[in-house]
Amino acid sequence: MTETYYDLLRRQGISRRSFLQFCSLTAASLGLSQVGAQEIAHAMQTKPRLPVIWLHGMECTCCSEAFIRSSHPLVKDVVLSMISLDYSNTLMAAAADQAEEQLESIIRDYKGKYILAVEGSSSLAGDGIYCMSRGKTFIEKLAHVAKDAKAVISWGSCASWGCVQAAKPNPTQAVPIHKVVTNKPVIKVPGCPPIPEVMTAVITYYLTYDSIPPLDAQGRPKMFYSQRIHDKCYRRPHFDAGQFVEKFDDDGARMGYCLYKVGCKGPTTYNACSAIRWNDGLSFPIQSGHGCIGCSEDNFWDKGSFYKHLPTILPPGWGGIEATADKVGLTAVAVTGAAVAAHAALSAIKQTSSKSRNDKLAAKE
Amino acid sequence: MKIEKYSGRVTEGPLENVYVYEAPVRLWHWITVLMMIPLAVTGYLIGDPPSVTGAGEATFNYTFAWVRIIHFSCAMIFAVAFLMRVYWAIVGNHYAHSLFLPPVWRLAWWKGLFRQLAYYLFIKKEPDSWIGHNPLAQAGMFMMFVLGAVTIIVTGFALYAQQWASGQSWMLLFGWVHCLFGESQAVRTVHHLAMYYLLVFVILHIYMAFREDIMGKETVISTMVNGIRAFKTKDH
Ligand code: HEM
Ligand code: SF4
Repeated sequence: MTETYYDLLRRQGISRRSFLQFCSLTAASLGLSQVGAQEIAHAMQTKPRLPVIWLHGMECTCCSEAFIRSSHPLVKDVVLSMISLDYSNTLMAAAADQAEEQLESIIRDYKGKYILAVEGSSSLAGDGIYCMSRGKTFIEKLAHVAKDAKAVISWGSCASWGCVQAAKPNPTQAVPIHKVVTNKPVIKVPGCPPIPEVMTAVITYYLTYDSIPPLDAQGRPKMFYSQRIHDKCYRRPHFDAGQFVEKFDDDGARMGYCLYKVGCKGPTTYNACSAIRWNDGLSFPIQSGHGCIGCSEDNFWDKGSFYKHLPTILPPGWGGIEATADKVGLTAVAVTGAAVAAHAALSAIKQTSSKSRNDKLAAKE
Repeated sequence: MKIEKYSGRVTEGPLENVYVYEAPVRLWHWITVLMMIPLAVTGYLIGDPPSVTGAGEATFNYTFAWVRIIHFSCAMIFAVAFLMRVYWAIVGNHYAHSLFLPPVWRLAWWKGLFRQLAYYLFIKKEPDSWIGHNPLAQAGMFMMFVLGAVTIIVTGFALYAQQWASGQSWMLLFGWVHCLFGESQAVRTVHHLAMYYLLVFVILHIYMAFREDIMGKETVISTMVNGIRAFKTKDH
């Protein structure tokens, strides 16, 4: 197959103007210059389309849902064209044997050239029987497809960290993709779901430069995950001013104050929501008045309330769901203080009693 | 005067004054005290800030940012003083490194520790005299202060580094901390808990210092002022 993305887009009735618009937008979101846009355009017109195999493990399909709902019509078309023609359980037209045949033929025909995108985590418990399709466990399928892939992308927090399935007590022993696929570069694109524009940009980058985008120490593309929500949040001036929302129906909430005190996890969350936003740049959680819940961070389900700044640090049996660092710490301080006071009192008693004994002895002498 | 090796216990009188804490150690001690107070206050406020209300536009207010700036400035001084103290442990006198390296591989040290423990549990009546820190104090200071301070400095700088993108500036130096903890909320929580760990230490430390000063034979508080371990009685 020598069809390029450009051919494909033209075949689907997308104008050249829109195509170039897509290239500039993607270049901008990748932090590339105008030259970058030209490079992307060039790659999309000359390089053969990159086959993408999209596998689903344990997930809720919110990554796919976000993907197909990206409101920029062009991005949506590109995204769909990028993936739906190859193999994607949810989006492809083929079914059953036909679908599996297609999968095998891609693996055969594009050995070492296709990209494997995975949505969802793998289950290790019971040898993987909690996630199966067509009599095969997901781990088997994953290993099979990953073997000849060029690179692996973990879409979303499930594939990147484990997400809700891996939350305590994790009955199915859900693990992220990089725990199963260990011999291939894994690009993590966390988020529940990740931002569609980020997803397209990652694939586009790969197509254009034939290499994975620069990753940070945790394996996430630097251009989207190297800064926190907090660093680019438009409510940041209120944070610096000390103007906080205390309750969701107070004046502060109406005036758009900072959501730190109602549990905004922006200060500890690495994602691009506050820069790229959602639905064609329309809004993002904080803009709609709700704190960031930190969905692109590892473990975000297990930190207690989404509406408290301090996370819960003890298991629920120990001090309930409100056992924050402040509660635990102040208790420790109080206990120490009481112990010290008791010891001081005891010391004083001992000293006076030994003194009076000494005095008595001295008197006798 | 005879001093037992490794434990620092005085085994034979007459008691003589000893110069234990050199000037840099004393300076470090009081800088640390002075910095920990605003650090704990501003740190608590960062975790649970009061709202500025009725203050109008955000442009004209910088209240919370000031709290954070004070925290960061004191943190820098605290950290630099700590580094200087580590340096002095290497070049300073014999007592300068006992804080960092309690000789846990020496029997005499362990015996000294249990002697002091028995004394504090009112099992042993008479206190011993010690030059420098007694082994129990050494163990406590290492476990609580040194480990606590290293934790709070490392996690603190990791949080501070978050203002920069990955691979830039302070992030180059402290980005690994976030990888070690897996995610940055954990770094923040540990930083916060380390504050209480240090506060518990502070309570015990102040109590012990005053107690020894009043009930023990040797000076403690004035030692950290003039550096001299003096004895109130001359006989052992
Ligand atoms: C005795 C020493 C220290 C104490 C008691 C202390 C205490 C605290 C506390 C309680 C918090 C709030 C954490 C939360 O929100 O859960 C905090 C935040 C913070 N501390 Fe410290 N800290 C100390 C030293 C340091 C050092 C050495 C640094 C290094 C620069 C540092 C940098 C920070 C930063 C960057 C934050 C987060 C501020 C923000 O994002 O708004 N701290 N500290
Ligand atoms: S709303 Fe959240 S991300 Fe925005 S400034 Fe406040 S704490 Fe930071």
